[in-house]
Amino acid sequence: MDATLATIVAAAAQLIYATMGETIAEKAGVINLSLDGSIMLSAMAGFAITYITGSVIVGFVAATMVSAVIAALIAFASIELKLNQIAVGFVLTLLATELSSFIGTAYVGARGTSVPHLAIPLLEDIPFLGTVLFSHNLSVYGSFVVLIATYLFLYRTRRGLELQGIGERPEAAFARGIAVNKLRYLYTVIGGALVGLAGAAYSLDVMFGWRENLTLNFGWIALAIVIFGGWHPMRVAFGCYLFGALQVVALKLQPVEALQGVSQILPIMPFVLMIFTLLVVYLDWFKEFGDRHPAWRKLLSSEPPAGIGRVFERE
Amino acid sequence: MRGVWGRVGSKTAAVGLALIVTAVLLLASGASPIESFRLIWQGSVGNGDKLADTFMAWVPLVLAAAGLVVTFSAGLWNIGVEGQVVMGAIAAAWVARELHAPSAAIITVALVAGIVGGLLWGLLAGALKVYGKVNEIFGGLGLDFVATGLVVYLVIGPWKRSGIASTSGTDPFPTEAWLPTIGDKLAPIAVLLAVLGVVGVYLLMRGTFFGLRLKAVGANPASAHIMGISTRRHLLAAMAIGGALAGLGGAVQAIGFQHKLVPAISGGYGFLGILVVLLAGYRASLIAPIAFFFVMISVGSTQLSLRLGLNSAVGGVVQGTLVLLTVLVGGWQIKRSRLKARLAED
Repeated sequence: MDATLATIVAAAAQLIYATMGETIAEKAGVINLSLDGSIMLSAMAGFAITYITGSVIVGFVAATMVSAVIAALIAFASIELKLNQIAVGFVLTLLATELSSFIGTAYVGARGTSVPHLAIPLLEDIPFLGTVLFSHNLSVYGSFVVLIATYLFLYRTRRGLELQGIGERPEAAFARGIAVNKLRYLYTVIGGALVGLAGAAYSLDVMFGWRENLTLNFGWIALAIVIFGGWHPMRVAFGCYLFGALQVVALKLQPVEALQGVSQILPIMPFVLMIFTLLVVYLDWFKEFGDRHPAWRKLLSSEPPAGIGRVFERE
Repeated sequence: MRGVWGRVGSKTAAVGLALIVTAVLLLASGASPIESFRLIWQGSVGNGDKLADTFMAWVPLVLAAAGLVVTFSAGLWNIGVEGQVVMGAIAAAWVARELHAPSAAIITVALVAGIVGGLLWGLLAGALKVYGKVNEIFGGLGLDFVATGLVVYLVIGPWKRSGIASTSGTDPFPTEAWLPTIGDKLAPIAVLLAVLGVVGVYLLMRGTFFGLRLKAVGANPASAHIMGISTRRHLLAAMAIGGALAGLGGAVQAIGFQHKLVPAISGGYGFLGILVVLLAGYRASLIAPIAFFFVMISVGSTQLSLRLGLNSAVGGVVQGTLVLLTVLVGGWQIKRSRLKARLAED
């Protein structure tokens, strides 16, 4: 049981990085639709650089920079050129994916270094929790830190409130003297950097190497989970662990001949749940249900930041 | 006049930049750019066989792009196009597998089924948006994956190859269901359908009140509504038309090209169609040549992997760079002209 839970926690780690990055950017009002390509190119770059330099740390830094640059490009196109974020992000996701295949050919099948296993002394001896939470490697621990830090930053700091302000009501935030566009740049790039960590964690920690389309659809799944989680870090994290669990279950079902179809269907579940949560907010029966059970509404309702995807222009 | 020159100038600048970026990438991977461009040309239109390949790839791409012109005009980001191609292919495959009739009847029913399959899938994304307030980008993306999941399920489940289940595809359809060809590959019916689709969309957007109203809805839904145009009905109609054309592309892909159902039945033509339409600036008149240029690159770049040992993704890199630069340079020029206008005012 605890071993299975530990596998789920590890399987969700990269998703935590990616979804937290996207949550931060979207809450600041910028949709980074390049996620799928960004993760792929970062995974390739992270592995390639680690392979060349022999240093996992340099690999992680390179991966972070790749996705941060892509995110900066989206912010630039949206803020300076007033271009559609969706259009630019979509082109970038396809381009980054193709680039990862093109440049990555040289590294397919290469054996590289990976993130070492590092159980935390003392904590790992706690029964149950020790195995589940504290017997992993650094990139899994990092996902805990990123998750908790994102939550605390968004809801417990003044800067976090500012971030929500520029995503919800950019005009009002601007009137209060907040540099909306400068901060949107900043948070989009920080979000992109986290997305890059997801890519590096994938190729240096989960799959131990690079092959073409290594992280295929992983970014789209992350996008779906952010929406499923209603842009709230804790609910988004719940979505990540739920999907991690689905992955582990699918893996266990794979050998069962009769259930082969089922294990193939599981990766689609985030998208079905995403549509369901988006739908459910607007259906009358759900609104009534929510009035009677406020706790459920809190768990399922999903309102995007009001200023998302909109260009802010000072008049 | 200056506007026209500005547009031509921006396109030239973008193409020039894309050429330079591509050349640098090719040089960096040890290939001669000129030799590479020659190989792409020869590998796509160099002889009749290659030309047939290129045309058969052009058909689904241009059909998806034509549908996207309609949805973009209505202000919809139909990312669900990929799923609509897949559903068209599934519907056509179902007819090809199950219907036992004269060849012409099977083919006709299969093509119609493809249209209906894509149409319903497009309509579903449209209904989710109109009645459920689910943004068409996320709804469409979700439905893409559901469609892809369904095709994988069919290929390894109910429609699995006799004997062993394999992700390499179903058994080939009976040959009566194949589109008739000239030579080995070229199916004239498919090319004709694609031409009809493009011309139809061009006329629809240029010459009908419906097209005009659709553009009004896309430009400003609120004022279109006040003008008495039913936004809901027009959004749904746009999704239906877009889905139908994408579905037809999927059907052609199934019974005219693959001749069986494979997991990657869409060939990525839905997403590539979005790039084509972005590059065409949403204009129906430009999608046919741009789509042809794109498939030339896609088909031709397989030569680069055969002859020069490059990864065949090089074609996608060229396409992506070209569209990205066109979009960015276009945005930059609009910004500059805005700035000039403001300076002139002062």
